[in-house]
Amino acid sequence: MPEDADRTSREARGAPPRRRFFERLLEVVVAGYFGVILYPLYRYLASGPKLVQSVEVTAVTVGTLKDMPPNTAKMFRFGGAPGVLIRAADGTLHAFNATCTHLNCTVQYRSDWEKIWCACHGSRFDTATGANESGPAPRPLLSWKVEVSEKGEIFVTRA
Amino acid sequence: MKSTNGLGAWLEERVRWSQLTELGKKKEVPQHGHTLWYYFGGISLYLFLIQLVTGILLLVYYSPTVDGAHSSILDIISKVEFGWLVRSVHVWAANLMVLAVLIHMFSAYFMKAYRRPRELTWLSGMALLGLVMAFGFSGYLLPWDELAYFATQVGLGVMESVPLLGGILASLLRGGPQVGELTLQRFFALHVVVLPLIFMGALGFHLFLIQLHGNAAPPSFYRQPAAQRRTIPFFPNFFYNDLLVWLICLNLLSFLAALYPWQVGPQADPLQPAPAGIHPEWYFMAPFALLKVLPNLGPLSSEHAGILLFSLGGLLWALVPFWDQETADGRRGRLATYAGLLVLVALVGLTVFGYVH
Repeated sequence: MPEDADRTSREARGAPPRRRFFERLLEVVVAGYFGVILYPLYRYLASGPKLVQSVEVTAVTVGTLKDMPPNTAKMFRFGGAPGVLIRAADGTLHAFNATCTHLNCTVQYRSDWEKIWCACHGSRFDTATGANESGPAPRPLLSWKVEVSEKGEIFVTRA
Repeated sequence: MKSTNGLGAWLEERVRWSQLTELGKKKEVPQHGHTLWYYFGGISLYLFLIQLVTGILLLVYYSPTVDGAHSSILDIISKVEFGWLVRSVHVWAANLMVLAVLIHMFSAYFMKAYRRPRELTWLSGMALLGLVMAFGFSGYLLPWDELAYFATQVGLGVMESVPLLGGILASLLRGGPQVGELTLQRFFALHVVVLPLIFMGALGFHLFLIQLHGNAAPPSFYRQPAAQRRTIPFFPNFFYNDLLVWLICLNLLSFLAALYPWQVGPQADPLQPAPAGIHPEWYFMAPFALLKVLPNLGPLSSEHAGILLFSLGGLLWALVPFWDQETADGRRGRLATYAGLLVLVALVGLTVFGYVH
């Protein structure tokens, strides 16, 4: 095959223009075939997101105040993302997107440390602000707004 | 062959790839009036490769559950970009592959390509044909539409009426008391893992034997004086012809798949009656039509008679290398040729009858 290719290219250098034209034409056609196969292939594989119904979630109810004594936390679902609602030791409520800013693991509340902790690589975050305090996490956790209704229901909304 | 350019020489030193082309150059392809038929083996192989690629692509979105199968197929053909094309190519190529395999088989039969030393090439080819049929039967259920459901019910029913092992095999395939979730999962596992693995092994053996013995030519070719027998090297001459034929196949396949996209029926519902005019895929039509026309023969029910006829016929067909050996005077065995013609006419006739009746 390489020998044949050598000979063809040697001939091509001194070949008449018509022959060279047809050789280029062949290359274009072959490239065209690859194009019309690879392009649909890419679009096919990239269609995944179209199959997932994404309803924009703006607010969710996460239980009631009386279910959450101080220094406890509750995991919840906010659209497609995991969330963590924390009632700190001082009684204040805080909600965060529980996706670690390091490599997307889901974080948890450690009541013994009163910190948010990621088990994957040991990052710690502040309970009140979500600020990254130690470990490899580069940014604070994304924080959400918490509201409590008169009946004591806890709502989490996008800040 | 020595490569002079850098990368070629580097690879040559490490993987000795020129041995591959040397192997191909040693093989000569006979040239005669029936050379055309040699291409159908290559076409079958090519369509198998298409099935491999499009099958993997479908696997990306398909969901093998009773609740999810039909809707995932609908998603593939309506929401996934070019999904309709991928599925259509997979179904069209499947049908064309069965056709190419059948043409390949009959051409090998009539050229008497099964004679010594190619008996195992023929037998491995018969195994490949069986696997292709199994691919067709198992793949047909996966969209979980009305026709698929009843085709599987009927197919397993026929299997069940085979004495001794039929019932065991049918219930193993069905998985549960009814065609349902368990059946779908089994057929899925068969279609995408078990059959491809066995098929590739059998195909490797088949191709190895063809490389070993070269292409068989019809007896008339060997009756010519040696000096008059024309051959061309497999590589590059025949190989380039093969590529050209594959290109024609690709174009034909794209044309069919794009202009006649394969439809999917309504979701299977075990509580609904079978629709009128229901029939199997064309490659299962001949035995289906035979079962319809055969009367009860004495103690044999028509089903048993049909099954007996097809199994005995299939067995004789598979064993042709052993009952149509080359005779001392070199004359062709007419009996095998006439039997082959009879089988061909019967299969085509029954298939046509099945469609018009």
